Amino acid sequence: MKLTEIINLIDGELLTHEDAYKKEITGAMGADLMSDVLASIKPEAALLTGLCNPQVVRTALIADIRAIIFVRGKNPDQETIKIADEENIPLITTKLGMFEACGVLHQAGLHNYETTPNNDCA
Amino acid sequence: MTDEQTQVSDEYAESITRTEELAYELRIHEVMTKNVRCLPPDIQMEDALNIFQKERFSGAPVISDGNLVGLISIEDLIRALRDGNLNARVQEYMTTKLVFVHEYDPVIEALKTFSRTNFGRLPVLDKQENLVGIITKGDISNGLLTALQREYHAEELIRYRASHLFEDIVSHRTSLILRYEIRKGDFIGGGNASSNIKRALLRLGASPLIARRCGIAVYEAEMNLIIHTDHGGTLRVEIEPHKITMEAYDDGPGIEDVEQAMKPGYSTATNEIREMGFGAGMGLVNIKRCVDEMRLISSKDRGTNLYMIMYLDYKDKNPNTIN
Repeated sequence: MKLTEIINLIDGELLTHEDAYKKEITGAMGADLMSDVLASIKPEAALLTGLCNPQVVRTALIADIRAIIFVRGKNPDQETIKIADEENIPLITTKLGMFEACGVLHQAGLHNYETTPNNDCA
Repeated sequence: MTDEQTQVSDEYAESITRTEELAYELRIHEVMTKNVRCLPPDIQMEDALNIFQKERFSGAPVISDGNLVGLISIEDLIRALRDGNLNARVQEYMTTKLVFVHEYDPVIEALKTFSRTNFGRLPVLDKQENLVGIITKGDISNGLLTALQREYHAEELIRYRASHLFEDIVSHRTSLILRYEIRKGDFIGGGNASSNIKRALLRLGASPLIARRCGIAVYEAEMNLIIHTDHGGTLRVEIEPHKITMEAYDDGPGIEDVEQAMKPGYSTATNEIREMGFGAGMGLVNIKRCVDEMRLISSKDRGTNLYMIMYLDYKDKNPNTIN
């Protein structure tokens, strides 16, 4: 699914530069704890989160996350957006809550990219 | 330290999506053929054939009184040959049903038009509807390749130089050491060192998977230094052809009960830190899961030393352990 479809589905807004619209996303995970993300997210996933600081972008870089979606209408500060732009990680904000945003995207065909904690971290 | 196969296929996959993105980013005028040779409508097909042969092209716009009136191509010439009618005028065989693209359209527009119409070439117009060029599928392939090449050249050069480091320098044991000073409470810069370590590993030729696992381990360690130490600490990464040794050390306060600290979910982090998304008590557990070997040595007087080791030859020879 193209990022632009995702943005439409959750009525979101792209905060970083525009060439990300065509980015292809096939799965996602929702979490607020970065250690949980690092422990169980598969590469190439989109991350839905309520956490809104530069660490989210760093986590995305380390864990090969393709896009970050901030739920509950959260907006990151300029510093966070700047890092994301530099590292080519699109940031999206949506007014939907975590549960609803995940539900809408899962129903539209995004796969679960969260592995069970007992698995290897890859 | 390269895993050739993983690397090639990952880079290949990466370049496919990048090519797609480029088709949207590049504009038609950047890839089209400019200064195209135009033909008048009233010359004979035979003349057109000679021009095509001599100047080695396969199609041309037909211009009459400064206006574009058609396109003539090799296919039209073949039809004339089959009819035995090379004396006919160009205007009798040229295509007059023209589909245009505009010079500032993205390349993807031309690609869509090609697949929709079956035309081999499209005239390109400027804003005033003047002919400024011709675009073929070949132009697009060339344009995309050139753009990709341009873009990857810089990073490739760095990668190439870095990945040859270990081959170029002869010693009994060569290693590269990276050091980063991590400040306590630096949540803004936190993760920066780990991102740089991950990038360095990729440039040195580590497979994306190895780089990711080392990145995750060292990131958790970096956050621990930021959250739990008295004065911050040091990240030290030693890269050798057969292994990567990552070390995080500080001068206190030390961990009271190392065994307990290793339990999933055990955390001494404050609520403030938890609100920032850390301190879930999973850091050390994550680290252990990502690296081949982990040692945690800590005492109340001397602070904490965390060793994380990744063996490269072993991983590369046993692809099963990676999955």
